[in-house]
Amino acid sequence: MSSVFSQSAAVISMNIRSLPRRLWMSLAMVLASAVVVAILLAFLAMAKGFESTMQSAGANDVAFIIRGGSAAELNSVLGRDQVNLLENAPGIAKDEQGPIVSAELYVIVDGKKRSSGTKANLPLRGLDLRGVNMRKNFALEQGRMFTPGTNEVIVGAGVLRQFSGFDLGSEIRSGRNSWKVVGVFSTGGNVFESEIWADAKVVQNLYNRGSSYQSMRAQLEPNADIQAIKDYVKNDPRLNQDVQTEADYFSEQGKSLSYIAIFGRIISTIMALGALAGALNTMYTSVSDRAKEIATLRAIGFSHMSAFIGTLAEAMVLAALGGLFGVIAAYLFFDGMNASTLGGSFTQVVFSFNLTTELITQGAILALIIGFFSGVFPAWRAAKTPVIVAFQSSH
Amino acid sequence: MNDNNIFELKQVEKSFNKGKESISIFEELNMNIKQGEFLAIMGPSGSGKTTLLNLLGGVDQPTGGEVWFDDARIDSLNEGQLAKWRANNIGFIFQFYNLMPMLNAARNVELPLLLTNLSGSERDKRVATALELVGLADRAKHMPSEMSGGQQQRVAIARAIVSDPKLLLCDEPTGDLDRKTADEILEMLQLLNREFGKTIVMVTHDPSAAKYATHTVHLDKGQFVPEEA
Ligand SMILES: Nc1ncnc2c1ncn2[C@@H]1O[C@H](COP(=O)(O)OP(=O)(O)O)[C@@H](O)[C@H]1O
Ligand SMILES: [Mg+2]
Repeated sequence: MSSVFSQSAAVISMNIRSLPRRLWMSLAMVLASAVVVAILLAFLAMAKGFESTMQSAGANDVAFIIRGGSAAELNSVLGRDQVNLLENAPGIAKDEQGPIVSAELYVIVDGKKRSSGTKANLPLRGLDLRGVNMRKNFALEQGRMFTPGTNEVIVGAGVLRQFSGFDLGSEIRSGRNSWKVVGVFSTGGNVFESEIWADAKVVQNLYNRGSSYQSMRAQLEPNADIQAIKDYVKNDPRLNQDVQTEADYFSEQGKSLSYIAIFGRIISTIMALGALAGALNTMYTSVSDRAKEIATLRAIGFSHMSAFIGTLAEAMVLAALGGLFGVIAAYLFFDGMNASTLGGSFTQVVFSFNLTTELITQGAILALIIGFFSGVFPAWRAAKTPVIVAFQSSH
Repeated sequence: MNDNNIFELKQVEKSFNKGKESISIFEELNMNIKQGEFLAIMGPSGSGKTTLLNLLGGVDQPTGGEVWFDDARIDSLNEGQLAKWRANNIGFIFQFYNLMPMLNAARNVELPLLLTNLSGSERDKRVATALELVGLADRAKHMPSEMSGGQQQRVAIARAIVSDPKLLLCDEPTGDLDRKTADEILEMLQLLNREFGKTIVMVTHDPSAAKYATHTVHLDKGQFVPEEA
């Protein structure tokens, strides 16, 4: 048994040390698997980053209410009378000012991307200070809170990062309206940072919304069941709203980029097949290059198994090395990279690529799969090398 | 089996299939090799010398007949059993040395010992002894590419004897060497035969190489023939 191990270890070490004879082919194999892994990770990190930006925005103990069938805030309308009725739904937490709810507006203003200079839609949210306080991670980074009743806004840190013209003190013009940036806020990296916030009453006014809103958030009592609110809405003929937890709403929105992950997997599978074809060629070359050495070892008494393991290990090492470079490249180039894309409401969502250890594991597994399949067939050929090759004069 | 015989070939047949054709190399070849013999197998190119050596070494299998080694038939062993049998009984010496180019002399010599359960320090000791015997103690760390042909063949001899096999099989061991170096190698084989009791079977087409052997047989077209004048 110890002999099987020492044979294989010796053969593996000899194969690795013979790599310089096949330097360029071996490097090409490393490079190919590096590229495949890096591409896969880029797509997955993008989808993951978007997903976590959306998901982390949602709270489980906040009910999110929009008009029935409207899917997103942008196309929803809630009248003041409906908001009043909804405030009285069961399970909503109260404090000295009454039910803890926030009725909000959600309109679109223009932004200009810093990177490309192209125009993009940015969400302007109208809310009051009670709504601001419902965002648990909210923190003012610069400046101060907007003063209710004025044209002041605070902008999310993501907006500031990706779009020009939103620095503290700047004037934002949108249609006939003009806003003044008095603060910059963060919300722990989630989707709210892609928004601009202003006083709800002022937004109603400037956008001719009368007393209507678009969405409503309600803080749930501890252990409250959201189903009670759904039933309340269902049983009141004046109400027709979709009720879900804020977490569910954003989680659903976060899936809108999951096609990126699927696309990434398809692309990298196709590329992996290409890399595999090249790697197979490299490994078959390795076996024929080493044929006389393999046969000589077999003549000395080394087993089939050691020739098999040695070749497979060589393939796995090359592919794993490529995988490692791929992960490093993805980490250096993509992790934390900022991007913005259209979110669920046709507004820009600013997010960062997120290369998690789980994704890195997936990249590593892909590299090992390439290594295994490019090694196993050539390894079989290596094991089958006739011993008489050792006595042949060629080579 | 005669107690003195290390090998007995009985009615051995060997043919190769080339496409539809079957090329017969040996038909009913009979041969005995005695323990302690230094046998030279001579014959023109293509006469079947290497094929015969491969049959003796369990590297190739006969298409018919029996190959006995000591008291066991090796022609019926499978590949795995043959590999073990070779590891335990045979040291090979090749015309082109067949050293591993990426290993130094000592690591090349150590290879057969990796098939044993010897400890690292025990292996090192045996490698040093074998290298000393072939006069290359000072070249242990040298790579094959840094050595002359004669030195490489001596490393190969050290590798063949390091696990102390009974039998050395040599295929044209001096075929790639100049006269003087060839004689040194042949003297070394002679020493291994005389002083260490190794049975040696050597294929050669060099008449002066055969002079070092205790016995010589001539092969022509797959048959043993009387020595030509
Ligand atoms: N693997 C093989 N396949 C087909 N023919 C072979 C093979 N090995 C040897 N032969 C043929 O067998 C004959 C004897 O070869 P060989 O034993 O190498 O001769 P020698 O070593 O005496 O020069 C030659 O005609 C050679 O072409
Ligand atoms: Mg020959």
